[in-house]
Amino acid sequence: MAASEPTPSDKTVVLEVFRYRPEEEEEPTFQRYEVPYFEDWVVLDALNHIKDEIDGTLSFRWSCRMGVCGSCGMMVNGDPKLTCAAFLRDYHPATIRVEPLNYFPVVRDLVINMEDFLEKMTEVKAWLVPKEEKPVSEGEYRQTPAELAKYKQFSMCINCMLCYSACPVYGQNQSFLGPAAIALAQRYNLDSRDGATEERADVIFSHEGIWECTFVGDCTRVCPKNVDPAGAIQQAKVSATEDWYRSVLVPWGKRNVKST
Amino acid sequence: MPSTWWLKRKSYFMFMVRELTCLFVGGYALFLLILVSQLNDADGFAALLKNPLVIVLQVIALPMVLYHTVTWLNLTPKVLVIWRGESRVSPVLIAAAHYLAWLVVSVIILWIVSMYR
Repeated sequence: MAASEPTPSDKTVVLEVFRYRPEEEEEPTFQRYEVPYFEDWVVLDALNHIKDEIDGTLSFRWSCRMGVCGSCGMMVNGDPKLTCAAFLRDYHPATIRVEPLNYFPVVRDLVINMEDFLEKMTEVKAWLVPKEEKPVSEGEYRQTPAELAKYKQFSMCINCMLCYSACPVYGQNQSFLGPAAIALAQRYNLDSRDGATEERADVIFSHEGIWECTFVGDCTRVCPKNVDPAGAIQQAKVSATEDWYRSVLVPWGKRNVKST
Repeated sequence: MPSTWWLKRKSYFMFMVRELTCLFVGGYALFLLILVSQLNDADGFAALLKNPLVIVLQVIALPMVLYHTVTWLNLTPKVLVIWRGESRVSPVLIAAAHYLAWLVVSVIILWIVSMYR
């Protein structure tokens, strides 16, 4: 919108933002915006300033602005980040490049199509399947603090998909189930109330599942909630291997996909 | 994805280095087989070991194999998860136990070798 090149100063910072308007252009472009710089502003604040004051056509997702909803994930200087957790002061005075999350199709500007991830959550049955159904009158499904502790870390996932954008395996091959889907499968497998470990096993103990992972570990590095999806996947590899040995050495034995 | 994807960020580069160290592990096994094949020929055996190229390869292979080992041992806590009540056995302890096992096995091997000196 500005006719001249914006120049940053102590009081401003320049954002170089990925634009893509499918109804207007074939190829994406980058647009530079000069926004006010404040010590406590995050990239999301800058994007909202652009939308409110400079260019209302910029499209992007956000919601809670405090790192719990997982909506505002974008590439900031090539690194997947929650824009509500990326402080301008960590980049200023350098230009900040904002792009949509890697490896997902771009719908418009900074908005990506997340269908692939949503399908995978369904595939791995990322929900509680009670071991035994019981009516409400019989009360709650009870769990000790020790049983809770086993899966608690993996339950912290906010489905922000930063891990998918960090994973070079997913980048090469989008049929890979991916870090979050497998971590979520483990979250339920390790939940003492759940009884669907065997059903999930067929999905995650597959070529597109855990065995596609080469333990790069970048998913854990970028995760804003310390879920450690790489750890979840390696633990699943141990379970799968133990189950395989059992099936070979004791084939008549009852299948017991031990959840670690 | 371009084939240079692993040059784009440090964590990817270090990952590739870690993976490629397996070539040095395998390469050293090959070298040991070649040494075995020279056992009949004392001069050939000595010449092989004194060869400057071989010495250079050894000097490169040692840090590669050590890096291979250290990165592997440091990742064992991710794979070996032991629960004591509501908390996990400290990852540092898990890794330390593996380093200790490495030390113990190395001492045993050195002791066996020393018996034949």
